[in-house]
Amino acid sequence: MLECKSLIAPSDLSLTELEKLIALARRIIQNPARYAEVCKGKILASLFYEPSTRTKFSFDAAMLRLGGSTLGFSDPSTSSTAKGETIADSARTVGQYADLIVVRHPKEGTAKLMSRYAACPVINAGDGGHHHPTQTLTDLLTIDHYKGNFSGLTVGVCGDLKFGRTIHSLTTCLARFQNVRFLFISPEELAMPVFVKEELDAKGVSYTETTSLEGCIGELDVLYMSRVQRERFISEEEYLRLKDYFVLTTEKMALAKPDMIVMHPLPRVNEIATEVDADPRAVYFDQVKFGMYIRMALIMKLLGMEEPHA
Amino acid sequence: MINVSKLKEGIVIDHIRAGHGYKIFLQLGLDALDDVVVLMRNVESTKMGRKDLIKIETNLDLNLDVLGLIDPDVTITYVKEGKCVQKIKLSPPKTVTGILSCKNPRCITNQEHISDVRFHLVDAKTNLYACEYCDARTRL
Ligand SMILES: [Zn+2]
Repeated sequence: MLECKSLIAPSDLSLTELEKLIALARRIIQNPARYAEVCKGKILASLFYEPSTRTKFSFDAAMLRLGGSTLGFSDPSTSSTAKGETIADSARTVGQYADLIVVRHPKEGTAKLMSRYAACPVINAGDGGHHHPTQTLTDLLTIDHYKGNFSGLTVGVCGDLKFGRTIHSLTTCLARFQNVRFLFISPEELAMPVFVKEELDAKGVSYTETTSLEGCIGELDVLYMSRVQRERFISEEEYLRLKDYFVLTTEKMALAKPDMIVMHPLPRVNEIATEVDADPRAVYFDQVKFGMYIRMALIMKLLGMEEPHA
Repeated sequence: MINVSKLKEGIVIDHIRAGHGYKIFLQLGLDALDDVVVLMRNVESTKMGRKDLIKIETNLDLNLDVLGLIDPDVTITYVKEGKCVQKIKLSPPKTVTGILSCKNPRCITNQEHISDVRFHLVDAKTNLYACEYCDARTRL
């Protein structure tokens, strides 16, 4: 059982809990059949006040593969909120018949609010631009799977580092592990915000900022790509001038280590050329699978489920 | 020059940063008192240049959280029978409920009208607080 009853922010998990969660996910990956009935008789309610098919499918699949059942909605217009029910009341009622609530909502702080009123644990599946802890857990499990652990890794994050919540969260979470080094690759306009760098400074974590992906790709063990959106630039010329620097191509991949992995939160637009997909180092489509496994581990932990007997 | 008599019974809130006196007056609800209340603004001060000062001619329970939120550098003196009985130096409260509201328009507390939101002190120097739900920073 985890110390925290609910998972609202990545920081709700202690380092030990994080390690235990990843270890459980590893065991599930090795032998999924063994876990096929651990949540039998349990119900997960997924309340999606804004649509996110990818995230909802991942949670539903995770619960079904543990032998549990799911209910919920993916379109708020069909739910009782349309009749004006408050979040607090929805939490109170759903908490009566579900064993676990997964919530996604466009307003920041909603999952926390639900956790205050629900009689069961709550998982935040995204509250506006605020937190999305299971995305971060997915990224961590992916890195762990390919790299064995986090110690000694050089992690490059590339693209829009200024507005990317996923990237801030992954960076500060990875920084909790020993001996991780960062390279922040972005146009100056989209550089990593001060609050993230201050957190790294406070922990004594080493990082370097650069505008050249080509110049540093050879040092990386992990390359985390993100979208560079047109609307973030002042002018079209600026966008066209800069965007290609932050697009991953086979030419750039040729400069990378043979065991570097390329990650991306998806959906991808044009920041990774499709020709890179065939490269075995491109693991972004496999991340989806790790997302399901880490959610299986999380559901088990929050429900306090025991490891099944062999 | 207005004559502010020496206080026999009551409270003096001194060393208020100039301009904050009226804010404190309102937030403490002093306008609702029937007793004598004196608000002095822009009083000369050797230490502060200009300061505000409030005298309340009755002993009441001050909301120290409110004071600590607006101006933690004030000095509060309780006076009984013409004698200063207690001086208090404030510090901003670690958490406050019911005084602040979240200014983030994307915060759920503004959609659901939640009144008991807790705010945690994140920077005592600038009196900055964070909303417990969305983490957005705010101050009074
Ligand atoms: Zn808020």
